Amino acid sequence: MNTIPIKPELVCPAGSLRALTLAIDAGADAVYLGLRNATNARNFAGLNFDTAQLREGVAYAHRRGRQVLMALNTFARADDCEPWYRAVDAAVELGADALIVGDIAVLAYAARTHPQLRLHLSVQASASSYEAIAFYRRHYGIQRAVLPRVLTLSQVGHVLRHSEVEIEVFGFGSLCVMVEGRCALSSYVTGQSPNNAGVCSPPSAVRWQEGAAGEVDARLSGILIDRYAPDEPRGYPTLCKGRFEVGGRRDYAIEEPTSLNTLAILPELTRLGVRAIKIEGRQRSPAYVEQVTRVWRQAIDAAAAAPERYRVEPAWTATLAHLAEGQQHTLGAYDRPWR
Amino acid sequence: MQNKDRIALSIGPVLYYWPRDTLLNFYAMLADSAADSVVLGEVVCERRHELKFADWLALARDLAATGKEVVLATQALIASESDLRLLRRAAEQAEFLIEAGDASALQLLSKAGRPFVLGPHINVYSRDALREYLRLGARRWVPPVELPLPAIRHVNGLADGASEPLLPTEVFAYGRLPLAFSARCFTARHHRLAKDQCEFRCRDDRDGLLLNTSDGTPFLVLNGIQTQSAAQQCLLGEEEALRGAGVTRLRLSPSSTGFEEVIAHFEAVFNTAGDPAAALGKLRESALPGGLVDGFARAQAGLAWSRPSC
Repeated sequence: MNTIPIKPELVCPAGSLRALTLAIDAGADAVYLGLRNATNARNFAGLNFDTAQLREGVAYAHRRGRQVLMALNTFARADDCEPWYRAVDAAVELGADALIVGDIAVLAYAARTHPQLRLHLSVQASASSYEAIAFYRRHYGIQRAVLPRVLTLSQVGHVLRHSEVEIEVFGFGSLCVMVEGRCALSSYVTGQSPNNAGVCSPPSAVRWQEGAAGEVDARLSGILIDRYAPDEPRGYPTLCKGRFEVGGRRDYAIEEPTSLNTLAILPELTRLGVRAIKIEGRQRSPAYVEQVTRVWRQAIDAAAAAPERYRVEPAWTATLAHLAEGQQHTLGAYDRPWR
Repeated sequence: MQNKDRIALSIGPVLYYWPRDTLLNFYAMLADSAADSVVLGEVVCERRHELKFADWLALARDLAATGKEVVLATQALIASESDLRLLRRAAEQAEFLIEAGDASALQLLSKAGRPFVLGPHINVYSRDALREYLRLGARRWVPPVELPLPAIRHVNGLADGASEPLLPTEVFAYGRLPLAFSARCFTARHHRLAKDQCEFRCRDDRDGLLLNTSDGTPFLVLNGIQTQSAAQQCLLGEEEALRGAGVTRLRLSPSSTGFEEVIAHFEAVFNTAGDPAAALGKLRESALPGGLVDGFARAQAGLAWSRPSC
């Protein structure tokens, strides 16, 4: 049972070695990263690690007493599971502190082959209840679960009170509106999805087209995701954050382009016993990672030192607002009205 | 071509919030249809209460008495203790086979040593994953909708020379594709209502709430916390690839009109040598806004359609 509040770990994204070192220097307790292939859910060109970089990153983090978590969070391919199993072996060989896994085949392989390896249940496993988490603990010995971004704060507390593993939640970054691991929207439009290719709304499928009146269409594999007026600021065409027409009204029918930001509820998350706060954004720049990490380091330390006096510093909000998607942020599902 | 054993027709759970009488009439129609099995239960939203668990159980018994195999499906997204209570009731009864909607159901069923069906929202992308679930009690699987037929063939071991599929396999063969789930109710949001006070507006949308792109193309459907394709997946023309992948059951997902004809067309094409082109033509005429698609089966974008000439 998770009952005694402990200062949550700050888990930061590292899409590159540069981002890793900046995150560590800015105060991350752990960084998470993936290999440069389809075994991780941020499989974008120019991102991620080869084995030499991973070795260097692990050494850098370990010299400073920090941890490296390796994300192996896509689903192994039907015709060839080997790249996923070799990635498990590589994580052990290169000294990663834990593996973040969503696929039951990969969990089974890791638990069987490397019983000493620490396993974190990826958000891609869609475990949104304590019974679901118990399933993965009982069969594969997971030691931590990352919760999907679907629970209210009180539901997070309920999961914590009934779970025998550490709980990690998303604190900041791009907001995935759908239950992770259960979204085939990208696949429906482009043939590639987070589960099967580690991508959502991949850049290779994006086309921008300017019309006669200066309006700009954003298309994903030919499907019109959004249409901007000539001077309107443009977002990345993630398909669930586009503007569509429902019942005669054109709107962000699913979600606005916005970021998740839980700074305001950090003392509550700490009090509930959340063990780690995850910052999303392996596809973001090293400078982004550094600035977000710095803010969250200060916030977590402040909330732990004196929760009753904690308040969100205007300077933190200003920094994060500048970095947030569409300069907007939300508490997402933690906040009941959002639902 | 594999053997020509019967391809069973399985009627998926009604994914929409239909009024009680509409639901009961629908199942009365099914009782007299060629359907082999029926999957019952509310899988989308815990707030939908036209039929309570006891009602579903009574309906299950009635349908079983007509000779249909009945499977009880559990909710896909489990987020609260009340969701878990309902799940426990389903898992504790031993009368009907359960289709697991998520890992919470897998926990309860595997702990109790009960066999189960893997629902389409449980991620099985490889043979090793399916073997794990088999070890834990899976007796049938419904692959994720994005898994192509050649991949299903691999998962079943048939591409590597196995003579039988690893597990009996049921593929989502007709209907609007369930593509995603959220914590947020998009129907309530459209009506500017909170999920907790949604006024059950999804009851007004017999086939979900259509979402068009900005140029008026039917694209998706909002169904409470679920997002579906506007187009209907239709694998009527894929008999050879389906049989080759080890598929022995086809899931037909209910829609509000013309569903009796859908069952009849599938029965004709797969089990009585009916003409697929003629049946496809009929289904195309009666399709909901968005038309027909089959891309997922062919390892393409799900919205692709390979048979425009039919």
